[in-house]
Amino acid sequence: MKRYSVFAIAREALRYHQGWEKAWASPAPKSSYDAIIIGAGGHGLATAYYLGKNYGITNVAILEKGWLGGGNTGRNTTIIRSNYLQDPSAAIYNKALSLYEDLSQDLNYNVMFSPRGLLMLAQTHHEVRGYLRTVHANNLQGVKTEWIGPEKVKELVPIINIDGPRYPVLGALYQARGGTARHDAVAWGYARACSAMGMDIIQQCEVTGVRSENGQVTGVETTKGFIGTKKLGIVVAGHSGQVADMAGFRLPVESLALQALVSEPIKPCMDVVVMANTVHGYMSQSDKGEMVIGGGTDGFNNFTQRGSFHHIEETLRALVETFPMISRLKMLRQWGGIVDMTGDRSPIISKTPLGNCFINCGWGTGGFKAIPGSGWAMAELMAKGEPGPLAAEFNMWRFREGQFIDESVAAGVAH
Amino acid sequence: MLILECPYCGVKAEETELSPGGEAHLKRFGPGSTGEEFEAYMFARKNPKGVHFERWRHAYGCGKWFLAARCTATLEVFGTYSAQTTEPPAEIVEKIKAKRPDWKGTK
Amino acid sequence: MSTRLAKGGRLIDRTAPCEFTFNGKRLKGFGGDTLAAALLANDQMLVGRSFKYHRPRGIVASGAEEPNALVNMGQGGRFEPNQRTTTTELFDGLTCTSQNHWPSLEFDVGVVNNYASRFLPAGFYYKTFIHPRFAWKHIFEPVVRQSAGLGQVPKDRDADRYEQAYAFCDILVVGGGIAGLQAALTAAKAGKRVWLVEQTAHWGGRAPVDGVEIDGQPAEAWVKNTVQALEGMENVTLRARCMAAGSYDHGYVLCDEKVADHTPGDGRPRHRLWRLRAGQIIAATGAIERPLSFAGNDIPGVMLAAAVRDYLINWAVAPGDRTVIVTNNDDAYRTAIALKEAGLEVPVVLDARASVTGELPAKARAMGIRVEAGKAIAKVKGGKRVTGVAICAQVGQGSVLEEIACDAVAMSGGWSPVVHLWSHCGGKLRWDEAQAQFAPDKARPPLNHDGAALVVTAGAASGVLSAADVLLDATDAAGGGVAPVATAPQEAAMEPVWIMPQGAPVDLRMKMWLDYQNDVKVSDVQLAAREGYTSVEHTKRYTTLGMATDQGKLSNINGLAVLADSLSAPVPQVGTTTFRPPYTPVTIGALAGEARGEIFQPLRSTPIHAWHLSQNAYMEPVGLWQRPYCYPRAGETHEQAVHREVKNTRTNVGLLDASTLGKIIVKGPDAGKFLDMLYTNVMSNLPVGKCRYGLMCNEQGFLSDDGVVARIDEDTWLCHTTSGGSDRIHAWMEDWLQCEWWDWQVYTANVTEQYAQIAVVGPKARQVLEKLGGMDVSKETLPFMQWADGTLGGFNARVYRISFSGELSYEIAVPASEGRAFWDALLAAGAEFGMMPYGTEGLHVLRAEKGFIMIGDETDGTVIPQDLNLGWAISKKKADYLGKRGQERPYLANPDRWKLVGLETLDGSVIPDGSYAPAPGFNANGQRNTQGRVTSTYFSPTLGKGIAMGLVKGGLTRLGETIEMTKLDGSTMQVKIVDPVFYDKEGEKQNV
Repeated sequence: MKRYSVFAIAREALRYHQGWEKAWASPAPKSSYDAIIIGAGGHGLATAYYLGKNYGITNVAILEKGWLGGGNTGRNTTIIRSNYLQDPSAAIYNKALSLYEDLSQDLNYNVMFSPRGLLMLAQTHHEVRGYLRTVHANNLQGVKTEWIGPEKVKELVPIINIDGPRYPVLGALYQARGGTARHDAVAWGYARACSAMGMDIIQQCEVTGVRSENGQVTGVETTKGFIGTKKLGIVVAGHSGQVADMAGFRLPVESLALQALVSEPIKPCMDVVVMANTVHGYMSQSDKGEMVIGGGTDGFNNFTQRGSFHHIEETLRALVETFPMISRLKMLRQWGGIVDMTGDRSPIISKTPLGNCFINCGWGTGGFKAIPGSGWAMAELMAKGEPGPLAAEFNMWRFREGQFIDESVAAGVAH
Repeated sequence: MLILECPYCGVKAEETELSPGGEAHLKRFGPGSTGEEFEAYMFARKNPKGVHFERWRHAYGCGKWFLAARCTATLEVFGTYSAQTTEPPAEIVEKIKAKRPDWKGTK
Repeated sequence: MSTRLAKGGRLIDRTAPCEFTFNGKRLKGFGGDTLAAALLANDQMLVGRSFKYHRPRGIVASGAEEPNALVNMGQGGRFEPNQRTTTTELFDGLTCTSQNHWPSLEFDVGVVNNYASRFLPAGFYYKTFIHPRFAWKHIFEPVVRQSAGLGQVPKDRDADRYEQAYAFCDILVVGGGIAGLQAALTAAKAGKRVWLVEQTAHWGGRAPVDGVEIDGQPAEAWVKNTVQALEGMENVTLRARCMAAGSYDHGYVLCDEKVADHTPGDGRPRHRLWRLRAGQIIAATGAIERPLSFAGNDIPGVMLAAAVRDYLINWAVAPGDRTVIVTNNDDAYRTAIALKEAGLEVPVVLDARASVTGELPAKARAMGIRVEAGKAIAKVKGGKRVTGVAICAQVGQGSVLEEIACDAVAMSGGWSPVVHLWSHCGGKLRWDEAQAQFAPDKARPPLNHDGAALVVTAGAASGVLSAADVLLDATDAAGGGVAPVATAPQEAAMEPVWIMPQGAPVDLRMKMWLDYQNDVKVSDVQLAAREGYTSVEHTKRYTTLGMATDQGKLSNINGLAVLADSLSAPVPQVGTTTFRPPYTPVTIGALAGEARGEIFQPLRSTPIHAWHLSQNAYMEPVGLWQRPYCYPRAGETHEQAVHREVKNTRTNVGLLDASTLGKIIVKGPDAGKFLDMLYTNVMSNLPVGKCRYGLMCNEQGFLSDDGVVARIDEDTWLCHTTSGGSDRIHAWMEDWLQCEWWDWQVYTANVTEQYAQIAVVGPKARQVLEKLGGMDVSKETLPFMQWADGTLGGFNARVYRISFSGELSYEIAVPASEGRAFWDALLAAGAEFGMMPYGTEGLHVLRAEKGFIMIGDETDGTVIPQDLNLGWAISKKKADYLGKRGQERPYLANPDRWKLVGLETLDGSVIPDGSYAPAPGFNANGQRNTQGRVTSTYFSPTLGKGIAMGLVKGGLTRLGETIEMTKLDGSTMQVKIVDPVFYDKEGEKQNV
């Protein structure tokens, strides 16, 4: 892999950029691998990367039915934070945040991680108590967050309206380390690094069946033929249920549409990420200048990557009330993604009924921010065959036991 | 933005009049059921990409719950029917079979 | 230079002059102008700077596809960035400024990026700014952000209002050109309810500009007659200035009608957002001309050929005195002919096709226009304005044959159908090789709820370009009939040209723009392909092609073709990107509508709401309700007010508006059986006239709501729920009754808003009611936990002896219509007893002093009744209730769960909200272990110290133990575990 740097750019500029090599190879599949990961989204690629980097397992194929990074990795609102209430969530999201902080250097690919700070507004007294609880919990978890008053909110976000007649801002949960990153670059950076380690990223390769013997996976049927493997990782987000079905087990997962939108680009006006959960909308400004906006999910099963428009209206009503100046911006583009929601809306990183098959799914609306931590934990699970501490509580049997990891309790919703 | 016809009041209800209620035809397991049965009742969902049976309530209309047969991949609606039944009516099943020959049935 | 001609202009009204300013310059135009036309009429070709390289940008197009000519428009509360001048109607007094430059449009420091452009290829930022780590956030990103962005930031609150409306129709026709008009007429004649929307202010589209004749008359006349006919039909609604932004599933179409953009401040809503439900959509959305990729094709003065024609014929504006035409098709000759007919110079038509044979070129030649076949532009010369072109052969590497001076270039690379509405809901496209375009694949349309085609296309949107075919296609699309006959010259086949000249070397390709606004060039797409970003989505995201505010209307197909060429793959194999709404950007204010300020969300108010406001109560939102938090008096803080209210209630008497409390009637032969399933305890054996506290759990077993149930008669119960829970619990009841136990005979009714409910609370409560007079409220007749109907002060009342404060308490329900009068009567009667109203915070303190739990404080969706020592309210006898099986699961049955205790600091201070109790050691993830947390914490004015409830491992078995609890600053405090009932432990005061 040729390293990226300003010097490389200068060198290439002199020859009209004719000498750049491919960011990742596009090989034909081999007949078998030590490990196959289904799904070349952020989570799948990160899993492969840490399998190689942490455990030296590089005879790996990552199978992707479409194009890498083309699912929710490339469709989310790029928010990164780790101010979660429950210990298992805080642990894995904070691991992810720590890895994000060094990811550009680690991958030699600028993923534009921007720790610009993140605010979760409290607009009812109930929400105030919920976020105070989160601050206390975060302190014990080693996650630095703080509670700030409305004046400080206004100082951080001059365009905000803190004294609306219905839901005045009473304060906010602030995580200065939170922020955003360039979503496509995360997938591309991991893909380039995986390819450089000799892993095969095979795009346009849909898995059509999972072959197993005596409770062990032997390989997968694909549109490019059968590929054998010693271990299988399923990391396919919205389509987890379909792939699990091929492997012969059922998941506590439902697929719903989640929408987002961007405004036309304007000059910089907001240097933090703001989430307003009572009125339900969140907004940040991309480096390009677009206001990046998201809201809630649809309530019914949907695989179309199109959501229902009334959710967009509700989100924009909430945000116009919170940021009156956006009223005269224009919505440039709206889109949807398919998120997989579990029974407690927390993810699953787990062994499965098949001995050498592992699953990573259920990230719901909050997957992007977890990518490095999720990959780290999933790689550990696949390499050792048993979950490490980061993944332990995210097993898929917790629902039978009743051991929920429920983040909605702090009035917040998981994004 | 779905339209579903409420089988009770006959209104072609817009999605904003309706509340979704998840998978239909679940069998309740209460005290005395096994851990597996209860878990399946609470959490295991078919979540099919294709023909799906689901519950809706005409919340801002007549208030009645009803059931719908809908394709989750195209959003085509095959029909709506009474909530007071344990399986989809035969004519809706026939309609689905005609339109989706590959459909594996309700199991 | 570009100028206004002395004659002509079919859309302008020369008797209506308008004055406007651009960058402070006072300029003149006419009514009917677009802002772009008026700018061109004033020779203002340079209108902005590009996104990345800050290159000079001029007007390219005449409609919604314009990528360059965006301005900051208006001032103050009517300021709006990124307004597209080509779709903005001019009005007198309009003000606008150009965007994305500093210090000025003419001299922009940011243009340094242009000179360094060789070092800033597609995706350069992914490869640089990596070290050192802090530098991205603190050095590079701020610079990138400042130079990116387009328009300025609005500062003021929007001065305009926006309206939203619903409408329904059988057929929605989108596009008011001849295809749309013909489709609408056909459908309307067949008796359909038809809506026809057109994004511009004018009907007829391109046909009148292109000199089409229909049924022997000029298109303009046919358009006029057809519009008249449609206006006369009752089943037809026509809306101009109304853009169909997106088609959504099941025929939902969002249309943005610009009601008053051209008459700002006239009192009308600025936009009206239509939510149309259409049985079917006919997309007669036309086609958009493609640019050609030659070096320097972004220099101001290079325009689309049809746009040049539009400016000339519609607005009598000549973008240049000498216009070179460059094309790969016959249509561009219409522009050459029109320019010549207007007396303007056309030095040459460069036609990339080797042989040029059509009727239009023949006519051009006959007019003396020089036509060069097989020729191309090697390079456009000029900086802020075109000064000439260098000519070369299309086949070759661009050796210059000749240079020609000119001040405008009109280019045409063929036409692409506008397929957005077809594609939004999944309609598929096919590649039409002959016209080099993606056209709707009519065999694979988007589907409606019944599986039928949701959208059909008509006219150019279908990929048919000749006027005669357009009318035939439109008639078919609307169900068939006799189409009018259009006549226009026969056109010869176009030839796709994706790079000009064909063998252009890299230095030329680095000057060929695909996306003008985002500065994406042919070389950038080729670089993406070289680096493996070969999926069209990868290329788009890596280069930002098509992601500008025009969403690739001009650039997408050209970019795709270059990508396909780089990959040596046919264009259809590369595929297209997904079309997403909206078609053109929609003002967010219009999408948010009228829901702002007080009416941002629906407001639920009790019958006593106005009184609370009149007392300057501090209100808090509780769901959609607004409830008084406290009633501060002059000079009082909220905290002081709460303390006064609590003390007064304990010593005299308090008055609480409890109307928001949920009230659900459950009635029927099986009502008792039903309630026994719903509540954890038994309600069926509650005697008539009595009240009982009950808990409801969800099927998981987690506590979801609580409240007092009253048995009204043999088969009727009234269930009180929490204020936030009434709708949810009522829906929950109906869910079980309709979907699980549908053979049980039970009726429910949510009567929450039918009653005002007022709590009279405190030692003097009985005296107040006795003063009012009426029913007997003595201990003997109406003891604790009973209810009775009667009258009080002449009001029909239902009185419940229930208490959420531990005091003698009556909750009195009267009809909602009499609520305010009854409240006033109570205030009058209570005056001599020192009665004061108290708010929700006082309510919380009073209940916390008594150790009563509050749903949402002691519970959070993960707490079961057993955790709260409420085992007494769980029936051991019942075989089943909702939540029973869930509570049997191992984690919920675990005896080590955190349980409710009282908590007190050693020094009487208040434990902070949200505080946790750390336990020794750390878990495997390095997080501090915990053993409990506070759930409610207050200063008790009654006891003069802090009191709290919490959930602690071991619960009340640890009574008297001292544990540590966290403070916000990270330090801890000592806290003692005590009984959660702090006040009147024996319950004597409420039972008097």
